[in-house]
Amino acid sequence: MARALYIHWPFCLKKCPYCDFNSHVRAGVDAELWQRALLADMRHEAALAGGESLTSIFFGGGTPSLMPPALVAALLAEAERLWGFAPDIEITLEANPSSVEAANFAGLAAAGVNRVSLGLQSLDDSALKFLGRLHDVKEGLKALETGQERFRRVSFDLIYALPGHTPESWSDELDRALGFGTEHLSVYQLTIEPGTRFATDVRAGQFTPLDDDAAADLFALTRDRTAAAGLPAYEISNHARPGAESRHNLTYWRYQDYCGIGPGAHGRRGGMATVRHRKPENWLESIAAKAHGIAEERKLGLAEQASEALLMGLRLGEGIDLAALSRRFGMPPGELIDADRLVFHCGLGLAWQQGSLVGVTEAGMPLLDALLGELVPAALVNA
Amino acid sequence: MTELSLIRNFSIIAHIDHGKSTLADRLIQFTGGLSDREMSEQVLDNMDIERERGITIKAQTVRLNYTAQDGLTYELNLMDTPGHVDFAYEVSRSLAACEGALLVVDAAQGVEAQTLANVYQSIEHDHEIVPVINKIDLPAAEPEKVRAEIEDIIGIDASNAVLTSAKSGIGIAEVLEAVVTRIPPPRGDRAAPLTAMLVDSWYDPYLGVVILVRVIDGVIKKGLSVKFMAGGTEHLIDRVGCMRPKIDQLDELGPGEIGFITAQIKEVAQARVGDTITTVKGGAVQALPGFKEVQPVVFCGLFPVDAADFEKLRESIARLRLNDASFSFEMESSAALGFGFRCGFLGLLHLEIIQERLTREYDLDLITTAPSVVYRIQLRASKTDDACEIMLHNPADYPDPSRIEQIDEPWIKATIYTPDEYLGSILKLCQDRRGVQTGLTYVGGRAQVGYELPLNEVVFDFYDRLKSISRGYASFDYEQIGLREGDLVKMGIMVNGDPVDALSMIVHRSVAEERGRLMCERLKDLIPRHLFKIPIQAAIGGKVIARETISAMRKDVTAKCYGGDISRKKKLLEKQKKGKARMREYGNVSIPQEAFIAALRMGEE
Ligand SMILES: Nc1nc2c(ncn2[C@@H]2O[C@H](COP(=O)(O)OP(=O)(O)OP(=O)(O)O)[C@@H](O)[C@H]2O)c(=O)[nH]1
Ligand SMILES: [Mg+2]
Repeated sequence: MARALYIHWPFCLKKCPYCDFNSHVRAGVDAELWQRALLADMRHEAALAGGESLTSIFFGGGTPSLMPPALVAALLAEAERLWGFAPDIEITLEANPSSVEAANFAGLAAAGVNRVSLGLQSLDDSALKFLGRLHDVKEGLKALETGQERFRRVSFDLIYALPGHTPESWSDELDRALGFGTEHLSVYQLTIEPGTRFATDVRAGQFTPLDDDAAADLFALTRDRTAAAGLPAYEISNHARPGAESRHNLTYWRYQDYCGIGPGAHGRRGGMATVRHRKPENWLESIAAKAHGIAEERKLGLAEQASEALLMGLRLGEGIDLAALSRRFGMPPGELIDADRLVFHCGLGLAWQQGSLVGVTEAGMPLLDALLGELVPAALVNA
Repeated sequence: MTELSLIRNFSIIAHIDHGKSTLADRLIQFTGGLSDREMSEQVLDNMDIERERGITIKAQTVRLNYTAQDGLTYELNLMDTPGHVDFAYEVSRSLAACEGALLVVDAAQGVEAQTLANVYQSIEHDHEIVPVINKIDLPAAEPEKVRAEIEDIIGIDASNAVLTSAKSGIGIAEVLEAVVTRIPPPRGDRAAPLTAMLVDSWYDPYLGVVILVRVIDGVIKKGLSVKFMAGGTEHLIDRVGCMRPKIDQLDELGPGEIGFITAQIKEVAQARVGDTITTVKGGAVQALPGFKEVQPVVFCGLFPVDAADFEKLRESIARLRLNDASFSFEMESSAALGFGFRCGFLGLLHLEIIQERLTREYDLDLITTAPSVVYRIQLRASKTDDACEIMLHNPADYPDPSRIEQIDEPWIKATIYTPDEYLGSILKLCQDRRGVQTGLTYVGGRAQVGYELPLNEVVFDFYDRLKSISRGYASFDYEQIGLREGDLVKMGIMVNGDPVDALSMIVHRSVAEERGRLMCERLKDLIPRHLFKIPIQAAIGGKVIARETISAMRKDVTAKCYGGDISRKKKLLEKQKKGKARMREYGNVSIPQEAFIAALRMGEE
């Protein structure tokens, strides 16, 4: 039974040079066609994973703030009809902070969206330009203001550890960001993803990414600053006032079931991994032919599920509960984590253990990928 | 069989890369051995590794039928040989089976070390030598200068050298005419008892053990019972043929001919190169002189990355050995690396090639330890043991230093051939490597330097260094000249406080500190940062002579884990685990396999 629903809107006005998400630039999107298709995809999932009311819905992209509010309203109405909504359901939509889109906020709020996540990305015009964004700081902040007026809950994204970022410049920017008083903040270090324009630029020597040591300093600084401002990190890149965490994203990290519909969306339901067709046209074709957009549906073994639970769970400050995972996957705790390596890394101050709870320390968080390689037993990875 | 007067047997010899195999291509093509469609570049270099590296490792023999200007059709047996010094024994065998040689010299490079080494061998066999000046198409070609070099340096007449471009097919007909008119036909007696030289043997998956023979006297044919005079075994011949280069079965091989036989022999070891083959009944009494035994000179340990692959490694080494009797192996065990083999090779290129073939053809992940040479150690008597002498193949077996009376190490005599301008740096290199100069002669714009050098100084990266300081122009040849006493010590390497036996090496005391420092610096770059800082130390006995520290890793994290797409993170983890499997754990430190070899390329750059 999934209680979280992800809806992917794959279109953008322009592809950003750092972005490797499933986004596409298309002239003239037929909203009616897409509405019918997304509804069909949704019904397919509800038939398989319905039964309990939804606690969260997330519109991601692409740029879902480009969706006509009426389309959002229709999708939400159908989701409510199919699953039912929990009383305090969180409905998030990712939005671009442009004036055009901000003009849509009232309509989106009326459609039922109660949380917005704004892609502000930077408070510096030259950085926004480097990142290939269409908005400038002034326009972005205006959109933030509108967002705060229209929605109960607001979060925004910043990208840092850009070439040239120093502890001074970044802490300045971060302080300003914390000053806007949102309950939630996502700050991502710039990573150069394969296949993006930035990857090409770096290869061609157009710019050099910030080196790891400097990035590690910025990471530590970020954690200190946000904690002091009352928005401590609860995940690698996510900060919130206690209680204001993104419920939807917590579903992923706590490795609970979620349905994902729309092009390229991923889902987990009942030990099954689902992936939708990535390319919008292929996805539409699949919907037309089979009334769902699934490209691949794969049963995950218990060991593989356990490895996923660790990969996701250890991103969280709260860590994982070995006893709970052991019950869930029917495996002794000793097979879930490499006990010797855990002791060794606890000794190094990178991991912690309290009873059946295991987690990564503040010092360990910037090293999480390496730590996972140490802590997750090989048997779970190769299974 | 072919009448003696219509047979010509010749080798193509040259320095590495001067175009032997390309010339062989043209000769095969010209005489119609292969159609254009079947042709590929250096078609005789048929091993993957030969094709990839563009070098010949194994000599190859082909039979060509050539109708000469005199109207007669000749049987030409061509032997293409490798140019690299590690495979010099392949050349010497081929030469023993021929009456003449095409001496190929690159028109732009001129005479080089292996040109000399190979041509002298050929002269010793009393061969007719036909100089071929190749690559005349190159803009830098100076055929006349090279012609003079051949005369001045080698001392053979080059007035009628053939000018060719093997690449563009110039001068090919002239080469064939020169072979027919200048190289003498073999001599032999069909009626005499069979005497055939076992030139080479290899394992073919379809034919089993194949033997390359040169018949001196008598006839060899299917159904004949033969004996190998030195090996003492008897066999029934079941196939006789030649390569054109496709396999062609024949009724017989007569005197003067070169071809192959099979005789249901199971192991190549039974068909020892240099042996004499004769008939069981009424055979020859006198065996042929045979060849000089090849001795491995460089040793290293080969260990499977995954200990479970040990059996597979054993089988693979044994199978490779079927085709290459020139390397040796014996089982070895190491505290850190588990079970593996100590292998002996003809040189570093040979080592690299065997290692690569094991990795690729047999799909094995290997760790190679530091190459080393064989030391002779005199041990004093102790309370429990008598005085004795041991041969040390492996630094890990280095005895208790208090018992060592004397250590002797192998030395070589090197001949280096170089354009003048690099002479200074080359002398310095040899001097740094404890070399003793024995001679220096100038010819034209070139110098020929003689040096005696300890082999252990050469197995590191002498050859690479020589090539780089001379921009590839210097060439190098060597022979072993026996053992000499040396002030040698064992240098150990400790990573995070743990000794890594696979990295220990025996070095001369005078260079120990510098080597130790270099080694630590190298390892610092080669071992990836870990989650904690790692000291690296070099030590002699208990005394640390150099140290470096690898600082702890600061950042390794996926910033964004988006939209519930876990598969990518999982792939990352899988990759990480795979990478780990290619490393060796020492205490808590993972050392990548590449580090073991790379650390030992002791370049002073
Ligand atoms: N320009 C030019 N290049 C040539 C000629 N002959 C050979 N080459 C090139 O020289 C390189 C070496 O040629 P090979 O025929 O492999 O040389 P080799 O002497 O057999 O080399 P080893 O067997 O490794 O000693 C190749 O890249 C050939 O294409 C020639 O006449 N002209
Ligand atoms: Mg060749």
